[in-house]
Amino acid sequence: MRRVPGRAAAEARGRLAAHRWLLARRAAQLGVFGLFLLGPLAGVWLIRGNLSASLVLDTVPLTDPFLLAQNLAAGHLPEAAALLGGAVVLAFYLAVGGRSYCGWVCPLNPVTDAAAWLRARLGIAGGGARVDARLRWALLAMVVALAALTGTAAWELYNPVSIVQRGIIYGLAPAAAVALAVFLFDLFVVPRGWCGRLCPVGAFWGLVGSGALVRVTAPARERCDRCMDCYAACPEPQVIRPALEGGGAPVILSGLCTNCGRCIDVCPQEVFRFGTRFHGRTMTAGLPGGREEAT
Amino acid sequence: MAARGGHRTRSGRRRFLRDAWRLAAAAGLVGLGLAAHGRRVAARPAQALRPPGALPEREFLGACLRCGLCVRACPYGTLRLASAVGPVAPGTPYFVARAVPCEMCEDIPCVAACPSGALDPALEDITRARMGIAVLVDHESCLNWRGLRCDVCYRVCPLIDEAITLEPQHNRRTGRHTLFIPTVHADRCTGCGKCEKSCVLEEAAIKVLPPRLARGRAGGHYRLGWEEKAKAGRPLVPGLIDLPDRLPGGGP
Repeated sequence: MRRVPGRAAAEARGRLAAHRWLLARRAAQLGVFGLFLLGPLAGVWLIRGNLSASLVLDTVPLTDPFLLAQNLAAGHLPEAAALLGGAVVLAFYLAVGGRSYCGWVCPLNPVTDAAAWLRARLGIAGGGARVDARLRWALLAMVVALAALTGTAAWELYNPVSIVQRGIIYGLAPAAAVALAVFLFDLFVVPRGWCGRLCPVGAFWGLVGSGALVRVTAPARERCDRCMDCYAACPEPQVIRPALEGGGAPVILSGLCTNCGRCIDVCPQEVFRFGTRFHGRTMTAGLPGGREEAT
Repeated sequence: MAARGGHRTRSGRRRFLRDAWRLAAAAGLVGLGLAAHGRRVAARPAQALRPPGALPEREFLGACLRCGLCVRACPYGTLRLASAVGPVAPGTPYFVARAVPCEMCEDIPCVAACPSGALDPALEDITRARMGIAVLVDHESCLNWRGLRCDVCYRVCPLIDEAITLEPQHNRRTGRHTLFIPTVHADRCTGCGKCEKSCVLEEAAIKVLPPRLARGRAGGHYRLGWEEKAKAGRPLVPGLIDLPDRLPGGGP
């Protein structure tokens, strides 16, 4: 029988403990949109706007830095409120991990997670079109170039991430069709295709994440028995190997890690936990240029 | 990353370059497609008006964050956020005058709410807004043009007697009445759309259009003789012969 990642962890620690971070993420995703919907549905305006730009308690501005980057490329210098909001959001994700946006906030994450789950359930094997995961970097560059060449935020005509989040908050039904398209693309065309290979928004947060503070660490990696559950559960499995099997510090340093914590959940050996990017470096601090060795 | 380790060797470097070219070409093709399609999408339909203070359309599309804060700030439910389908760029604010016109709030809450400057904060006086310009597009169905005293567009205009005036004109059908012609003055019209909303006809005879559709423009070299004459204080062409006026019908 096929091994289902997470089953061993659930048997070792109980179903709830083996889904801790997954449940926390779903709660965060619901919480974010709940806060935004509290205004229009209940008249409680804790936060106005949407994920592109918003105003918290009518005082603190928040702005999506990727949108600001497009505006700047298009030749528009935004007002101070938008720039300040961008700085606040950027500082936040530099602390909690750039692609935490993807794992904990983005409304397409449950959609593509569902597609990956169903794909595994239906046994739609490997296959489908093969897309180089580095294409997202080229698409990110293309989005910025497109803004510069057209003088408009042209990508925002198509960006499924902003269309879907806006659709939820402002009740615009066609966004559901966009979410469905991404779901079907991931299910039948390219496995983990949108978030893992194409999405320029995720690529942008990946850039931010390459300097971010909170990271998944593998402090107990000597306990690893190579069951491969973490690789099977991870949406970006290539990021795990250096931390788990490399000679370097036991930290997932790749900015592409979404800090989703699925590896922590599914590991029956409890190898992983959240830590900082400096984990395991104190042992050999000060060795110039040398590969840091963890003990 | 494998690629980073790989391109230390010669064949690895060659493969890295080849991959980079492929990826750039793929992204470039996608970009070209989006740009070509986007140009068509960016052509906003005439009935979709932007909120007060909106930058010129192209700049607006480069500045708007698509956050909808202006939509939330509008107390009259005038502004809408464009959805993913439909002719207006997704996520941008617009309104349709015939549905809900702009009430021209004095404190302009939509502009105050805009974090990006896509709605220009320099707009402090709502009467200086130029969301569009009202045009009496069909005088053949306009009731005032037919000699009736409808006057509704004139009465509802927030800048009555400035942006819309009634200009008397002889009614040639009856021969002894006056037509009161609703006349829009583009230098005062804000494009709020109250006139279009209130037009009593089934299809409004007066409509707010974007300025690019509403206005004509004479060539920069045009000079109006009477103005030049007043400026100079004398006729510009000396020794003009004054011919006798002839009336139609070949009178005396």
